[in-house]
Amino acid sequence: MSTPLLEIEDLCVGFASERGTLRAVDGVCLHVEKGEILSIVGESGSGKSVAMLALMGLLGAEATWSAKTMRFDGIDLLALPPQARRRMLGKEISMIFQEPSASLNPCFPVGYQIEEMLAAHTQLSSTERRERAEELLRQAGIPDARQRLKAFPHQLSGGMNQRVMIAMAIACSPKLLIADEPTTALDVTIQAQILNLLRALVDETGMALLLITHDMGVVAETAERVSVMYAGHQVESRKVEALFDAPRHPYTKALLEALPDRAPAHGHLPAIPGTVPGIDNRPNGCLFHPRCSRMQEDCRALEPPLLEDGDGLLRCFHPCGTES
Amino acid sequence: MIRFLLLRLAQIVPAFIGVSLIAFAFIRLVPGDPIEVLSGERGIDPERHAELMAKFGYDKPLHLQYFDYLYNLAQGDLGTSLVTRKPVLSEFASLFPATLELSIAAMLFALVLGLPAGIIAALRRGKPTDHILMGSALTGYSMPIFWWGLLLIILFSGILQWTPVSGRIAVIHYVTPVTGFLLVDSLIAGDIDAFQSALRHLVLPAITLGTIPLAVLARQTRSAMLEVLGEEYIRAARAKGLHPWRIVLLHALRNALIPVLTTIGLQVGVLLAGAILTESIFSWPGIGKWLVHSIFSRDYPSVQGGLLLIALCIMAVNLLVDILYGMADPRIRHARE
Repeated sequence: MSTPLLEIEDLCVGFASERGTLRAVDGVCLHVEKGEILSIVGESGSGKSVAMLALMGLLGAEATWSAKTMRFDGIDLLALPPQARRRMLGKEISMIFQEPSASLNPCFPVGYQIEEMLAAHTQLSSTERRERAEELLRQAGIPDARQRLKAFPHQLSGGMNQRVMIAMAIACSPKLLIADEPTTALDVTIQAQILNLLRALVDETGMALLLITHDMGVVAETAERVSVMYAGHQVESRKVEALFDAPRHPYTKALLEALPDRAPAHGHLPAIPGTVPGIDNRPNGCLFHPRCSRMQEDCRALEPPLLEDGDGLLRCFHPCGTES
Repeated sequence: MIRFLLLRLAQIVPAFIGVSLIAFAFIRLVPGDPIEVLSGERGIDPERHAELMAKFGYDKPLHLQYFDYLYNLAQGDLGTSLVTRKPVLSEFASLFPATLELSIAAMLFALVLGLPAGIIAALRRGKPTDHILMGSALTGYSMPIFWWGLLLIILFSGILQWTPVSGRIAVIHYVTPVTGFLLVDSLIAGDIDAFQSALRHLVLPAITLGTIPLAVLARQTRSAMLEVLGEEYIRAARAKGLHPWRIVLLHALRNALIPVLTTIGLQVGVLLAGAILTESIFSWPGIGKWLVHSIFSRDYPSVQGGLLLIALCIMAVNLLVDILYGMADPRIRHARE
């Protein structure tokens, strides 16, 4: 196996508060191969976006973070000075966000915002930048690309703006694109279009895609591997087919059972009892134990470690598929 | 855009009539009349007083006087000063450049210091720099103009003797008026000594007048920047790997400018009101000082005309600000089209 494109080991992110540091992300391990689509799935507040902002170096001053390893394409990000780290953003790793229309600056035409990305990271002349921006818009599936360059974000729909964001994100041919809930704010037909576009771009350019979502349906359609997060912890990580066929963690299993397609034809849609613990009232032991159907005494007292399990990772004492 | 402009111009008309009514009424509420004041301490024979009042039309009922005034106004006639016997408009025109020069200098002073102070305070939110800057702004805002002007005179003109106490230029200089701005006219004439003298005279009044706008601008810029810096497009701009200064000065400031523009527009009114005090302290020969004298001498036409013209200036500035909004924010521009 070659060295992975992205390797993160034991990533922790905390936010300072009056009651001490609150852990938003705890012990996350990720590795992404070149050209791979990895999905991080979890409910709101599970720490998936925060983990990615830590990778990008975009956390606010109130956050503290640490990691045992954070390597990108052979470069140790932990040892990299901030300036060099900043220069990697957009060029090597780029990111698109949940609210495309809020992520574009309302005061500048979209063409300008794409050209700005090219000006920051390439040596292209201004005419070349203009041509490249037009080409990128076309590549992102925007009709009348030349006219659209002059449009302001408020003149375009949410779906169009997300396409602009994608065009901008792939402008410098990054090796990794992080998509933070890219379709959550869009309606269902547009969602499918954007996911198809992202998948096609991965095939075309050979970049890797890290797709953050809370939607198992999106995972099934798009990703090759998936990492499930719960309350700042990674609970399970493996290939999509394996995870959908035989989930090992009770939380993953419960999530999948709650999918409308998988639910029994009649009767109520199964739900997970209780709610995700807030960042300031996490339980002892396994974080999922209060809601878990397979909970036993040791789950209350001890926190299960993240261990290798078959071809993936698992954080559970009593996984599904093993009888205890 | 043209529709928008016409609409805004139409809104000016009622405001204009309102100001004319207030100016007309208030000066007449002040005890005494122009003839009485002009005749001085020895007084005037009641018959002669009545004769003169009739001559200027001040014996008519008030509403008729007002309609006469409006009638003349509609023909562009602001009346004639009772003191100097010159048309109010030409008096105003000859003094206004001095006030304008002072106001522009004060506004530049406020902008050059206020915008950076607000930006830095926003970037250093909650840190000592922020507290020092905002504390100074609050102090500046709370300082009465006449007191602040006197303090500056004591320090810079009295103790340090760096600047002259009053006036606009040393009497030995004569500058041919072209624009009415002494700084510009002295440069046109190529008279460097006169330019320096004018500049030295301008510094203290400009600081005095510009301090309150400076404080307001700094605070407004800080809060606008703080709001914008929390926006998602700023995070997205950082994710693009742009230089931090580009993000602050282009992406954030451009968006923060819209509320700041409003403040600048409103501060122009404050400047013109403040000019009345500042010009009196520094004997600055502008409309502020002229207006105070006109009020003291109950020079009805000058007070009415002067207030109306000042109001017109403020309205014009606000219209300009509205047009600038559209330039600063494409969403506003497109909504107007």
